[in-house]
Amino acid sequence: MKAFLMYPDRDFDPEQELPANEQTLTQDLELNTLFEAMARGDEFLAELAKKAVLSSLDDPDTIRYRQEILKDCIKNPAVVREIYRIPIDSIENKREHWLGIFSRYPGGILSSAVEMLAMFVGLLKNLRKIAGEHADGFESEGFTRFFAMIKQELDDAYFVTVEDHLRELKFREGVLLSAGLGQGNEGADYILRKPKEREPHWIKRVFTNNSPACSFTIPPRDNHGASALAALKDQGINLVANALAQSADHINDFLNMLRIELAFYIGSLNLYEQLTQMGEPVSFPLPVVRGERQHSLVGLYDVCLALTMKHKVVGNDVHADDKDLVVITGANQGGKSTFLRSVGLAQLMMQCGMFVPALSFRANVCNGLFTHYKREEDVTMNSGKLDEELSRMSDIVDHIAPDSMVLFNESFAATNEREGSEIARQIVSVLLEKRIKIFFVTHLYKFAHGFYDRKMANAIFLRAERQADGTRTFKIIEGEPLQTSYGEDLYDRIFVA
Amino acid sequence: MTFYSILFNDAENDLTKETPEAPVFFVDLNLDQIIDAITEGKEEYDLKPFYYAALHDANAIKSRQAIMRDLENKTLMASIESFAQKMSITRRYLGLVDKLYYKYHKEGWILEAAALYCDAVSCLATDLFQVDLESGDLLAFREYMTNYASSGAFTTLREETKALKADLSTVKYCVRIKNSTVKVRKYENEADYSAEVERTFEKFKQGAARDYRVHLYESSGMNHVEAQILDCVARLYPNIFSRLDRYCARHASFLDETIAVFDREVQFFVAYLEYIAKFKQAGLQFCYPLISDEDKEIYDLAGFDLALANKLVPEDDPIVCNDFYLRGQERILVITGPNQGGKTTFARTFGQLHYLASLGCPVPGREARLFLYDRLFTHFEKEEDIKNLRGKLEDDLVRIHEILDRATSNSIIIMNEVFSSTTLRDAVFLGKKVMAKTIQLDALCVFVTFVDELASFSEKTVSLVSTVVPENPAVRTFKIVRKPADGLAYATSIAEKHGLTYEQIKERIKT
Repeated sequence: MKAFLMYPDRDFDPEQELPANEQTLTQDLELNTLFEAMARGDEFLAELAKKAVLSSLDDPDTIRYRQEILKDCIKNPAVVREIYRIPIDSIENKREHWLGIFSRYPGGILSSAVEMLAMFVGLLKNLRKIAGEHADGFESEGFTRFFAMIKQELDDAYFVTVEDHLRELKFREGVLLSAGLGQGNEGADYILRKPKEREPHWIKRVFTNNSPACSFTIPPRDNHGASALAALKDQGINLVANALAQSADHINDFLNMLRIELAFYIGSLNLYEQLTQMGEPVSFPLPVVRGERQHSLVGLYDVCLALTMKHKVVGNDVHADDKDLVVITGANQGGKSTFLRSVGLAQLMMQCGMFVPALSFRANVCNGLFTHYKREEDVTMNSGKLDEELSRMSDIVDHIAPDSMVLFNESFAATNEREGSEIARQIVSVLLEKRIKIFFVTHLYKFAHGFYDRKMANAIFLRAERQADGTRTFKIIEGEPLQTSYGEDLYDRIFVA
Repeated sequence: MTFYSILFNDAENDLTKETPEAPVFFVDLNLDQIIDAITEGKEEYDLKPFYYAALHDANAIKSRQAIMRDLENKTLMASIESFAQKMSITRRYLGLVDKLYYKYHKEGWILEAAALYCDAVSCLATDLFQVDLESGDLLAFREYMTNYASSGAFTTLREETKALKADLSTVKYCVRIKNSTVKVRKYENEADYSAEVERTFEKFKQGAARDYRVHLYESSGMNHVEAQILDCVARLYPNIFSRLDRYCARHASFLDETIAVFDREVQFFVAYLEYIAKFKQAGLQFCYPLISDEDKEIYDLAGFDLALANKLVPEDDPIVCNDFYLRGQERILVITGPNQGGKTTFARTFGQLHYLASLGCPVPGREARLFLYDRLFTHFEKEEDIKNLRGKLEDDLVRIHEILDRATSNSIIIMNEVFSSTTLRDAVFLGKKVMAKTIQLDALCVFVTFVDELASFSEKTVSLVSTVVPENPAVRTFKIVRKPADGLAYATSIAEKHGLTYEQIKERIKT
């Protein structure tokens, strides 16, 4: 039984390896703010949010599969949260009643497993009940399949069989084992057997000699004999205890799996509720196959900035379809970094199947998102800053592939403009040839204008808006790279005003 | 040719066959460590007495080298190892039978042992024809094996064992335990209860499950309840068990004496080859030395200390190999140079090479010619000796006197840092005296000393020096090279490192 809520045909693997640049992405895009909002203090949700957001899907169909499920969740939040309660209840029951399989004896394992299974049966009945009552309110392929499976697999007859087993495994009629002869004629391959008939008939058959048999009884004071007999019994019980304990584990794993598959949606619900409360819009993006070049966004805002400020923030409209290179220049403190971050965040949110913080958003999926941000000056290695930057760039080159996307934020500025521009020019040129999509925030005029002069069809140049009086609107507009970034304004504000 | 032994041929007299005690020089040369490592895990064969017995006949050594060469064939080695493993388990089973109490239990293990023995013999008899053998001893053994494996006694044993095992494997019975009563009858296709439980819950399975099977205590013995059950089973299957009774009465002692001897002796070769395999894998070389009891022009190229390599190889530390040779009148290698530079290691290597060669083993090195000595003497300074100076020097002299008394011109003498516990003047004096006696003896000798004067004593001595990296004298190369002893070289380079040479001081002190 599989939930298949994250993929139409497989489990979500919470142990899967995250991209090598996971930490860099988290730092550069302020992802922890996003994860915290999704988790609302729940560590498990935070962990799963991180896994889901960072392990991007690159197939638009699966993205849409999750989008549909998430839409169902937004429509039925109470039911989804009730299903999510079931695995949580299991964890709490186990803790409260000290349930677990810790014994080192087959008999102990058997009885612990019986207790655990009895508890699970209660939870499974509840799951069955929810499926019966609410399935009709769900439309997505994922949930439709999920509820159908629950109804089919956990029908009344099934619960009867399970409860029969739990009763019979107390062995009131003794234990029947089969065996063969192993090495040295020692009994081997003990298997616990289910008697064909009840005891009285069997005894009768023994004595009517239909099937030859031989029997003996351990004398009451023969303690060695009694423990030898108990050991033999354990041989048989060992296997059924193992089977039953593994069954308990299977149900436990099933519930865990359910928790894992739902966690992303619960996290998304949490985020959705916070954003709508602030009045921030969200929409389900249109993912396009990775070979195409589309990036069309209306009202895209930085979700992490909104979550931090706890109010609405400025959104941007950009139409960069058929572009491989987006160069952003312009005023200091003009919203360039925020815009760049919102691009990265929206990409990750789209590619994990979530809604995006925008009025509308359409983009091609990428096969790996990379960020290369200017780092704070490190006092211990002040001479090696460019060296450090280039080493991070080299790491990116180690992992990057065609149809990836790179966000550069003021990279290669650790040297003079001429050299920095030349480095940037060479790197960007080769990345473009490799069909890699680039967003580049820069003050390197020579670099930015150099590309502007080439009049490439697949490049677009954006500028952080500055009104004539020096006021920033934090809007990003299309425009030619300028030779000044209006640092003077900033100087004036701090020194003159 | 009747086969007898692959380790000792008729030319060797009985005294040299197995020696219970290690030779006295074992500890000095770290041969004890080497032999411990070689025989580790093979205690059941009691191989050390073989390694304690050096051969003194060049032909006997050549015979063993031939066996070693044959066994370097991986196919043959694999066959021998498989044979040995089966024989070892056979012996363990037979040992078990003696300790067991219940009849059918004993008989069961005799059958197991015999089955394994038959398999071991049949396989080896076939396998020995899969390879080209050069060694006369192995060819003789092969002939013996072929005859034995096709003998009537053996083929009867093999066929009866096989039939009986097949029949016993058809036995399947049921035991019902209720309270203290046990009933036994034949199995009647009752369903597997565990499987049924598994099927019921299988739908929840997400991945591999933890194994909850308790590792139940299983003694290889049999308790009286199990024995009673087995008796019941025997009554349910009377034909099979009466045949088992008759079989055991007929084949109580099936193990062939000669095969048992081969099984033990061949481990002498197997153990050594297994031991050196890991060094070969690390890129070190071994060779079969030419052995002569007359020619003292010996050499070894790229030799190394096998005991030290055993420590360094597992840690991936580099092993330094050294060459040496003696030509014409040269008899004595005098080694000087910095401490911790590999002098003692070189001396040990020299001794190990000769000893291992006298066992018929391949030795460390790319190519070697070694001397077939009559006796090997070592005198190593003991570390942390608590005796007073006079006592120690006196002991040294007494021991050396003894050695020189007993040594012949065919002996090998290895002296390491003797006379270090006296004044330099004394050491020079005593060293020269001892050196003169050794030269007179014409024995092969390695002399590790800090007394440079001994290095160029006569045309019979060869001066070897342990070397350092010229740019950084603190780093030893562990290379021992032929060159005149020059105690100053080392001191000079250390001075240079600290800027204290004549030239440097002249430069540094500005006027």
